Amino acid sequence: MRVALFIPCYVDAFFPEVGIATLELLERLGIEVAYPLDQTCCGQPMANSGCEKDAAATEALFVRNFTGFDYVVGPSGSCVHHVRDHLTAIDQTPEVIAVRARTYELVEFLHDIVKVRDFPWAEFPHSVGLHIGCSTLRALKTAKMSEIAGAAFSKPLQLLSTVRGIRFVTPDRPDECCGFGGTFSVFEEPVSAKMGHDKVTDHHNAGAEYIVSPDMSCLMHQKGCAERLGLPVKFIHIAQILNGDRG
Amino acid sequence: MKPIDHAEASSKFIEAKDHLDFHDRRLWDLRKKRDRETESLPEWEELRALASAIKEHTLTHLADYLEQFEANAIRNGAIVHWARDAAEHNQTVCEILGSHGARTLVKAKSMLTDECDMRPFLETRGIEVIETDLGERIQQLDDEPPSHIVVPAVHKLRTDVAAVFSRTLGTDPGNSDVHYLAESQRQTTRPHFLEAEAGMTGANFAIAETGSIVVCTNEGNADLSVHLPKLYIASVGIEKLLPRIEHLGVFVRMLSRNALGSPITQITSHFRAPRPGTEMHIVLVDNGRSERLGMADFWYSLKCIRCGACMNTCPVYRRSGGLSYGATYSGPIGVIIDPTFNLRKYSALPFASTLNGSCTNVCPVKINIHEQIYKWRQVIAERQQLPFVKKEAMQIAGKVLSSPKLYRAAVEAAGAGAEYLPRFMLYNRLNPWGRQREVPEAPAATFRQWYVKNRGKR
Repeated sequence: MRVALFIPCYVDAFFPEVGIATLELLERLGIEVAYPLDQTCCGQPMANSGCEKDAAATEALFVRNFTGFDYVVGPSGSCVHHVRDHLTAIDQTPEVIAVRARTYELVEFLHDIVKVRDFPWAEFPHSVGLHIGCSTLRALKTAKMSEIAGAAFSKPLQLLSTVRGIRFVTPDRPDECCGFGGTFSVFEEPVSAKMGHDKVTDHHNAGAEYIVSPDMSCLMHQKGCAERLGLPVKFIHIAQILNGDRG
Repeated sequence: MKPIDHAEASSKFIEAKDHLDFHDRRLWDLRKKRDRETESLPEWEELRALASAIKEHTLTHLADYLEQFEANAIRNGAIVHWARDAAEHNQTVCEILGSHGARTLVKAKSMLTDECDMRPFLETRGIEVIETDLGERIQQLDDEPPSHIVVPAVHKLRTDVAAVFSRTLGTDPGNSDVHYLAESQRQTTRPHFLEAEAGMTGANFAIAETGSIVVCTNEGNADLSVHLPKLYIASVGIEKLLPRIEHLGVFVRMLSRNALGSPITQITSHFRAPRPGTEMHIVLVDNGRSERLGMADFWYSLKCIRCGACMNTCPVYRRSGGLSYGATYSGPIGVIIDPTFNLRKYSALPFASTLNGSCTNVCPVKINIHEQIYKWRQVIAERQQLPFVKKEAMQIAGKVLSSPKLYRAAVEAAGAGAEYLPRFMLYNRLNPWGRQREVPEAPAATFRQWYVKNRGKR
């Protein structure tokens, strides 16, 4: 199995520890991982702003970087959602179609493809609130959505539940959007910040020491909100916990 | 024309903390009640699929069903009018009223008449229009449009209503008891019902097979509006058609459950034929619907049954209020319909969304709302309606992110830090991000730098 590591631009620039944890975790599981050095971004910021044309060259670069692998795995659901569902600014050649189909978000890759159910090295003796980003939840369908009736399931929760010492808390509105939304966070700043403040307050009131998520962009926004409010909540990516980070 | 500035309007809404908190809580409560109702029906998802299929079928055979509806309505004794746009609708209503010498009109809630701006049109022609739905009446008395398509005054606290009623109906300004306020509206509306020369309703559904209009209400005001005066006018958007009466059951089971979390509305009225000695007029209104039906990416929005569930669940709507959209239709369904009326004026609305997709999940007729929001953004950018700063930022981002060299120069620049990075990463000045949030700190090295150092070049 040839796996390419996709580290989104904002993780590369702001959260290298998340990239490192993702790489180390995959290696720990015996997977051979390559990191194409010319990667930048998937094109989502431009496309989500309506500027698909401005995303075309970035999307083409993405496909060039990740062609020829069995899987492309990244620790960010919204970027994977873009690749899978919206990478349409360029011609849909067989290479493009193949890369799009083979791109996975880390949790679904671990859960569905590698089928890992146990992380014996992982221990996290803290109470955590789980935040699943909206793209990961409602586009990649990684867990049961509150709007749709049916049996409960959650791939991130299933992976985390094997971690020793971890305790889960449930906020009032577990899958309400936190208000990041990419460029929404700056162009609709009043609502975005209010949503973020409400989200971290909800987790804090539920007793969360940490908010854990497969989506670092949501956490970047939430962390900024919690710090401004002075709430003692900490933030950690799911890859870090599964890789053995004890907080 | 200046585009509606949703961000600016939302900022004012958020400043009024009591109102904001109530608004968010009240609508979230409707969403939770809706969840309970839908979960109690094991066939809910089946109903959604069926409702979607019925609407899709009807819309793709709309001309046939409209003609069938017209023929059956005429057979029932109704008089059917066709209105190409809002102006024709208003003129038609005015002429019908004029031919009966009617100067007073009691009406039930109708988003269509708001869409057509009918009330001011009639009022300037000397016709008194009385809204009889409680929420809509509050909004009329306060000279505001409805802020929600099902609960028009949901952005008001009861103390606000007390102030409006004391000013306009002469109630006790210090008494904001909801029963007192509702009873005051009831008592002051009653004489209008008895004296009105004409009554009007919208339509939740129009059945082609029977030529009848179906109206779902909780207050009984539609029935009083129809049954007391000698003239009844129904304004009906052409997308309200259902082929057969048997299809109605699917929608009646869903509408109130999804809208308010109640199993059914108090009253479901079928208006089919005029009573002896009275007239029933039906105005079938296009007003852009045919054009929308021809839009490959957006015609699905015509399936909407106006339940308002997408608004109740929308975290942006709940925190900005319906009036912040500056349009008849607000919230998720609004932002995909409004640009069809005026692309420039409503060009910012599709950006008043995080694309979280909750709206799509609650939609009873499976409109792909958040995907249409995404599509509208592309249309707005293509037609040069993006604000300059955003357009510019995206062009620069597109150039930098498509070049490994430029990208690395940007993120690895020595001492770039928070001064430079968020501006580049977040595509705007530092200010909006940092106003109510801390800016992320740039680490000593990027992931790529760490990788090259620790894993070596491939």
